[in-house]
Amino acid sequence: MPPIKRTKFKLSPEQLLEMFYWLKLIRAFDERLSVLVKQGRVRSGVYTGVGQEAIIVGTCFGLRKEDYICPLHRDLGSFLMKGVEARVMMAQMFAKRTGLSKGRDSALHSGVSELGIFGNTSMLGANLPVAAGLALTFKMEKADHVVIAYFGEGASNTGDFHEALNFAGVQQLPVIFICENNQYAYSVPIEKSMAIDDVADRARGYGFDGVAINGNDVLAVYQATLGALKRARGGDGPTLIECKTYRWHGHSEHDKAFYRTDEELAMWKSRDPIPTFTTYLRARHVLDDKTLNDTESRVAATIDDAVEFAINSADPSPQDAISDLYA
Amino acid sequence: MSKELSYLEAIREALAEEMRRDPKVFVLGEDVGPYGGAFGATQGLHEEFGDMRVLDTPISESAIVGISIGAALRGYRPVAEMQFADFISCGFDQIVNQAATLRYRYGGRASVPIVVRAPSGGNVGGGLYHSQNPEAWFIHRPGLKVVAPSTAYDAKGLLKAAIRDDNPVVYFEHKYLYRRAKGPVPAGDEVVPLGVAATRREGDDVTLVTYGAMVTPSLEAADRLSKEGVEVEVIDLRTLLPFDKEAIFRSLEKTSRVLIVHEDVKTLGIGAELSAVIMEERFDRLDAPVMRVTSPDTHPPFSHVLEAFNLPNTDKITDALRRLAAY
Ligand SMILES: Cc1ncc(C[n+]2csc(CCOP(=O)(O)OP(=O)(O)O)c2C)c(N)n1
Ligand SMILES: [Mg+2]
Repeated sequence: MPPIKRTKFKLSPEQLLEMFYWLKLIRAFDERLSVLVKQGRVRSGVYTGVGQEAIIVGTCFGLRKEDYICPLHRDLGSFLMKGVEARVMMAQMFAKRTGLSKGRDSALHSGVSELGIFGNTSMLGANLPVAAGLALTFKMEKADHVVIAYFGEGASNTGDFHEALNFAGVQQLPVIFICENNQYAYSVPIEKSMAIDDVADRARGYGFDGVAINGNDVLAVYQATLGALKRARGGDGPTLIECKTYRWHGHSEHDKAFYRTDEELAMWKSRDPIPTFTTYLRARHVLDDKTLNDTESRVAATIDDAVEFAINSADPSPQDAISDLYA
Repeated sequence: MSKELSYLEAIREALAEEMRRDPKVFVLGEDVGPYGGAFGATQGLHEEFGDMRVLDTPISESAIVGISIGAALRGYRPVAEMQFADFISCGFDQIVNQAATLRYRYGGRASVPIVVRAPSGGNVGGGLYHSQNPEAWFIHRPGLKVVAPSTAYDAKGLLKAAIRDDNPVVYFEHKYLYRRAKGPVPAGDEVVPLGVAATRREGDDVTLVTYGAMVTPSLEAADRLSKEGVEVEVIDLRTLLPFDKEAIFRSLEKTSRVLIVHEDVKTLGIGAELSAVIMEERFDRLDAPVMRVTSPDTHPPFSHVLEAFNLPNTDKITDALRRLAAY
């Protein structure tokens, strides 16, 4: 099997610009949410992925409609890329009736089966066995669809993580485990929670390949995902891709994050995935000032519209508290 | 005695005092180290007691409880923190199958003196996975003790008693009370004994049995009824397992009427058990059916509209008291 890091790919200028749009949109969505929390308009349940966008864009870009994603708390962008309207996601965060949970929960605790999105609970790692179950059905049906399951390096210390990877390895399931290693689990740095350097190494214990890559390089993430997708679609089983990255904001919007240094944050900000990709696009004459401006206004308009929609949406009605409990 | 602390500070003080008193007491959990815990309950402990007595753990609830059990078998008195009571489900097996049954299996020749602290309860805009009241799951398990303080005084005194108790104790601390409940706390070596209820208000007409964050709205409702000429006796259970049956019976001798108020859902909440015990043992003392005010049988929703619909409050308790008094 060829190393997935060297999978060949070619993207058209349009595709590259689309990637760029997603990076900008996802960043803008989270940044706006952060402001809305400070304004008291969104109450809680906001865990931004600012600084980690390349992972979502790189992993979701090559997906088909039938492929499934199993996001965790920082992966709002994956909902957008898989087809949920920005308005609906914003309404979800506002706990409005027009959100995915109809106001019953916030954050990313809802899914859309028709779009191939699994909605997890808050329980870290609990999405991973479900991902294996979804992938098992693809195997049963001999379909060449794939499940992408996300988790933080902290969640890779849960029992669910290990149970899921073991089963996926035994059954050679078409699932790709994406570790967003942002160096911290809330206040706890990785070296205090695991005795290895790379989460990727955990895959070997379950009989499949794990690879650690630069999670702030959208093309590197795309390339690795493409390789893993090829494997999974071809019946060659799971892959673990560990994306090294960093979260810029606190754990939640209420966390001042004093457990890390300003220097460390500044160092990682200098590896911001967006300017890196911008430079690449400009050097290849894919992006000029006009396309940049167009992209930015499109992003701003989408976010403004989403916020307006959410604000103007109705609250759930009290009876919604006690419905939809049973089929 | 004259010192006033918040409920949260009272918990912190109990931990610090017990750790100073007994070198076998140590704490462990996610972010409890230098960060001081998600809510600040362990702030300052790491500084005072160091790495080996204030352990930051990986995100591994099952292991957190299991490790505590192992240490307890070697004579230690671990206090494990669940970041939210909602995540206690991830450590459930170790609590209900390992800790709860150990003494029984060992022919009474060993005990498991652990405390599992679990920040529970709603009215904090936390949604489905940051608002739960899972106390009934543990009341249903012989071998465990279950505690749920409502005041700063009891938060400290009960935690000290729980740490000194030779059995596994699940200690539910209500998040809504962390900073809102303030008051004097026990001084020196004083503890609040497990299994003893407190009468918060005396009255001859109706007995109201409650605990945790429901004590305050219950007292408010009792004050309202007093203006209507109905005197309500409010009993704060404090310990849910074993609960203080005699305190309820004593009050019932005077009142012949019982209302039970809890934030947990209705079906098989502790109200169901209390009601059954009253029927079995004091049926002839009752002049009215035992009534309950609880959350409906649903999940704790995120939207403030839905959460308000769900939670018991002063108005709902007042209505029930009126109906019961008029029965
Ligand atoms: C089972 C479980 N335990 C504890 C928590 C509380 N919690 C939420 S996020 C978090 C840290 C997660 O770290 P990581 O998995 O690295 O993801 P990150 O937040 O860094 O993206 C913790 C402890 C939880 N959600 N689920
Ligand atoms: Mg992390």
